[in-house]
Formats: sequence, C-alpha cells, structure tokens
Amino acid sequence: MSRTLYKYLREEVFPSPFCPGCGHGIIMGAILRAIDELQLDYQKMVFVSGIGCAAWIPSPHFKADTLHTLHGRAIAYATGVKLARPELKVVVISGDGDLAAIGGNHLIHAARRNIPLTVLCGNNSIYGMTGGQVSPTTPKDAFTETTPSGNQENPFDLCSLVKACGAEFVCRWTVFHIKPLIKAIIRGLTTEGFSFIDIVSPCPTQFGRRNRLPSLYHNLMDLKERGVSYEKAKGLKKEELKGKIIIGEYD
Amino acid sequence: MREEWCKGCNLCLEICPRGVFITSSEISKKGFKTIKVGNEDACIGCSLCEYLCPDLVITVEEEQIAGKD
Amino acid sequence: MPERIEKSLLPPKRYFMQGNIACAEGALAAGCRFYAGYPITPSSEIMEHMARRLPEVNGVFIQMEDEIASISACIGASWAGVKSMTATSGPGFSLMLEGIGYALMTETPCVVVDVQRQGPATGQATRPGQGDIMQARWGASGDYRNIALSPWSVQEFYDLTINAFNLSEMFRVPVILLADEVVAHLKESITIKPEVLIYDRYKDKNKPPFGGELVPPMPAFGEGEALLVTGSTHNEWGVRKVLDPEVQERLNIRICEKIEMNKKEIIKIETYFADDCDFLLIAFGITARSAYYAVKLLREEDKKVGLLRLITIWPFPEEEIKEIAKPAKRVLVCEMNRGQITNEVQRVLCDKEVCGLFKTKGEAIYPQEILRRIKPL
Repeated sequence: MSRTLYKYLREEVFPSPFCPGCGHGIIMGAILRAIDELQLDYQKMVFVSGIGCAAWIPSPHFKADTLHTLHGRAIAYATGVKLARPELKVVVISGDGDLAAIGGNHLIHAARRNIPLTVLCGNNSIYGMTGGQVSPTTPKDAFTETTPSGNQENPFDLCSLVKACGAEFVCRWTVFHIKPLIKAIIRGLTTEGFSFIDIVSPCPTQFGRRNRLPSLYHNLMDLKERGVSYEKAKGLKKEELKGKIIIGEYD
Repeated sequence: MREEWCKGCNLCLEICPRGVFITSSEISKKGFKTIKVGNEDACIGCSLCEYLCPDLVITVEEEQIAGKD
Repeated sequence: MPERIEKSLLPPKRYFMQGNIACAEGALAAGCRFYAGYPITPSSEIMEHMARRLPEVNGVFIQMEDEIASISACIGASWAGVKSMTATSGPGFSLMLEGIGYALMTETPCVVVDVQRQGPATGQATRPGQGDIMQARWGASGDYRNIALSPWSVQEFYDLTINAFNLSEMFRVPVILLADEVVAHLKESITIKPEVLIYDRYKDKNKPPFGGELVPPMPAFGEGEALLVTGSTHNEWGVRKVLDPEVQERLNIRICEKIEMNKKEIIKIETYFADDCDFLLIAFGITARSAYYAVKLLREEDKKVGLLRLITIWPFPEEEIKEIAKPAKRVLVCEMNRGQITNEVQRVLCDKEVCGLFKTKGEAIYPQEILRRIKPL
C-alpha cells in the first residue's frame, strides 16, 4: 500500500522534482515496497547515489542515511562505506550514464571484487538531467540531443558486462514488469555478494519526446511489447533480438 | 489519493482496465492538472495504478465491496 | 574538542625507518583504520606498509582501480565513522582533486599524502619535486581554504602525519601532506614516543551537521541520524539548496572562515638564526635541510643569514613571514619548482626584495647552489 511507504520518506520534499511520468518514480516505489516486505532495519541502510535523475531517487526522498556523491563515483564511495562498516546495508541507486559511462570502471571492479553492494541502475538510456544527451545504453538509431541524426553507436548490455565481471546476482526488469521487479530487488537486497539490477525506466521528457513515445503510458506499452525472457532469448538469433529487451536473471 | 503529489501524468487514467479515473478540474499547488477518481465502483482492485504511479499517490484498499481510499 | 591520549602502536624507542614507512606508522598511531589507494611512484611504500599493517590492527585496506576511486572510498569510509587516508604523487593528486573538492564541500576529514615528483604529467617518477604547492591549494574547483603540511625529515613525516589527522578531525577538512621523494625514501633515525595525542571529530545529535557553527558536529552512517550528505550546496541539515544565494554564500564563507579564523592554531613554522639576519632564506621540505646547512656555514663566516622553514604551507603563514622578515634586507626563497612559494612571499613582502632559487631538475637543491647564489650579494 502506497500509504504505508510514506514513513520511509521525507514528505516535505514531495511532490518530487521528477517530471510527470518519470519511470524513476516507479522505481522509488518498487524499492520501498521491497524494503518494507523484507522489514529491513532502515536505520542501518545507507543509500549511495551519483549525479543524474536516478541518483535523486534516494536523495533527498528517503528518510535514511544518504550519500549523494559525484558523477560516476557512487560505487567507489559505497565500497568505502561498506568496507569500513560491514554491518550496514549499502545500496547504490544511480543512472545508466553515471554507472556505465563515467562510472564504468568502478562498476566493473566492484563487480569483480563481489563487494556486498546492491546496485540498482535506473536505466532510461539517456542523460536526462542535462537535457537529453546520448548514453552508453541508448539504442542504435535513437534520436538524442547529441545524436541528432540517430545514434551510430551500439549500446552496452549492462547485465552481460556485470555478469562477466563475476557479480553474484544480475538481472534486468522494466518498470512495467513491476511485480517481478520488486521480487528481484528483494533478491538483490538479500544477496551476499554484488548484485546488479538493470531497471529499464522510461524518460518521456527527454527520450520519449524525441523518439515517438510521448507519454509514460506509451513508453510502458512499448516496454511490455519489447520484453523477451532471458531463457527465450538464449534460443534467438541476433537479428530476432533487435529492438528487444531481455528481462530476467542472467546466468 | 494524495492529490497534492499528483502531477497529472495520466498513467493511471490510461492504464486502468475499467476507466476508474478522470481528469480533475483542480490545479494542484505545484501547477499540475491532477487526476481524480471518477468511478469508484468500477474498480476491480488490480492495483496497477497503485504500483505504477510514479508519485506514490494512490493506495488501493479492499472493502466489503471493492472500494478505494 | 574531544581529545585523548593513546599509547603509541609501536613500542616506544628509536627506529631506523624510511620516510614513507614512518608516514604510514604515524597514520596508524593517529587512529587511521582505513586505507584505499593506488600505486604510484614514489608513494607506493606507504600503501604497501598499510596493506601489511592494517589487518594487524583490525583496520581495512583496499587497493582501488584508480586514484579517483581511492579518494572516493576514503571519503565514504570517513562518513561511516572511520579515519581514512590515501597517498599518491602529482599526477594521482590531479585525479584526486575531484574527490578532495567533495571532501571540502561536505567537510569530510581525511588525509591525502602527495609525495611530490617532477612533473607536469608523468614527468620523472623517481625524482623529487616540490611542484604541487599551488595544485594543493587551488586545484579543486570553487573557493575554499584547506591545510597542507611539509615535512623535512623522517621524524617529521611521522609527527606531521599524526598532526594531519588531528587537524583534519578538528576542522573537518581534508589535510594534504606535501612530502617530496627524498624525505619519502630517506632512511633516518626516529624516536617514537610512548604517547600520542589524538583529536576526534566532535559529535552532537542535537545540532545540525552542516552549519550553525564554524565547525559543526559530524555524525556517522548507521547512527540513526538519516544523514543527508551531498556535494550540492546545502543548508545546515544537508538539504540541497541549489537555487538559494544566501545559503550558498553562508556555506562558502563558513568553509573558508573555519580555516582563516583558526590560522594561529594551525600554522607552524621554524626559524634558525633569523633574529638578527639581514638576509633571510625561506625553504620547506628537503630543500630546508640544504638551506639550514648553508646558513650554518655562512654563520661560521659571520654572515648574517637566517632561515625560515615553512612547516605549514597552507594556510600560508603571512603574518609569521612578515614578522620574521622584518630585520632582513633581502629574502631568497629556495624551492624545487619555478616560483610557487616565491610568488606568495613576494605578495606578502611586497616592500622587500624577494628572489627565488628555482630548481626543476629532479635533484634536491644542494647547499653549494644556495651558497653560490648568496655569496656575491
């Protein structure tokens, strides 16, 4: 129940600064529902984030210890916190540009070290906060401020990347697949080692507007259509997977 | 519904399988044209609105007959 | 200010120790229990020693993937309540400036050792320099004041590291130890005293952690404080206020004033034969050792030369320099860079003749070079 989640929030900063229809708001709800179901000790949790819209999910909204760091560095700061006080539950919430572009190096090393962190990537395939520039997860041919004739680069599959580094639990869900997403967050929070959840979250304002997906509803329906399970995807050819979003756990 | 937090993104209105929501004529303190419950009785309790609202506005409650807060 | 006396970690006696090792031992004695670093010549011995020693004292050591990650992890650990340190050299320090800026803005205590070498960029990795003076002061973006210390001996490298931790906790500011490759690699006798004076960050649950007084209290994560730590401009409770001019000015002025107004407590200098000198030498770090020797030789010839040694580089000892330079007619600043301290001294002693002896050759300045420069005058 949304109402029962309000105790985790600093209510005075709401309504949140997210755009109307921002997928990250859905992520915020999913995280709190997962924490609530697990009945985790909220006072022993530390939320570390970088710079960007997804990094604003915990800070200032969560009424908990939050560490809002520099662009790309959330995982490095989180490593320091976790190693200094291992009894604290450290969760990193940041965006695709923050974690995979400028922060890419910290991401792969923390995964390699299997540091007990839960990393939630609010992946909207764009740099939203700075006005809609291309990101390492922007699909090929998509339109952004810095790819005005269509993106010529191939995007990361962040889950493959992080899994290859040795992370313990890696999966992808979209904010449309809300129930499995909450279950995945619960699994991530209870994983002993490094867990990574790539959460596909639409940005109607910067991405959607430029790519014929003007409202949150259109974006969610698009995600629903493009989702294909990891197991099914294993049997599909590269051309068949074009434009699809692989959801589920990577192994 | 915590209307003060609504930003009128229309998701609940568009995703509800039973057309429970309508656009309100109210403008919130932040300047958004908000959404409100139009037809409470039509609700089947699927809770898609509650889970997918980006602003945690909606809480779905079950009563003896399907009701909403 | 909560202070306590602790027993020194190592048995108190005389040791024959390398500078870098002495620095690491000083850190441990001061209560450092977290080190995150990256290898770089000529500072790697500090990291290697911490890797061996920290597990022995229930501390944590990690070699990170780069310098940016290193300073980031140190700041994270500091907010988790653990005293932390990292060590690097010039090029690594450039990378760390981003994190040092964050530590300045969030007022996070931590110690950063810069064992200076020849630059810019890769330069001469195994050769000493003193060229990061200005980088240490102004390298991070924006306006702030910070503290930088310069040891001239292995003993001082040990003592000043302890001092650095204490100043860092006292003023909630990252403190930089500007050493050079010579002091870092020298092996000298040092005395480890039985007791260490330690300062800890002050705590008070009822007061705001980011304002309200010159140096606010500092809680840690996990204490139930719901801390809001952010690099954005914030009010005294950590709430982001990126559009409020008053909040930004108040915060920015306070982080400068907390150092400015405590300069007397922070600044340390030493003088040798300076009371009646008419020619004053100013030097720091390994250069001061040569300058001291030069002064002693000149005094044997009844030349009225004195030496002012800067131990605190930042905040710059302006009043002290003005006072001590009063009798002198001429001032010569000796430094292994091309005028970073000389410019400052010229600014402070604007009515005196101030020259510089610069050397960026990757060698320490020899006493003979100083003598050769002074003799004709």
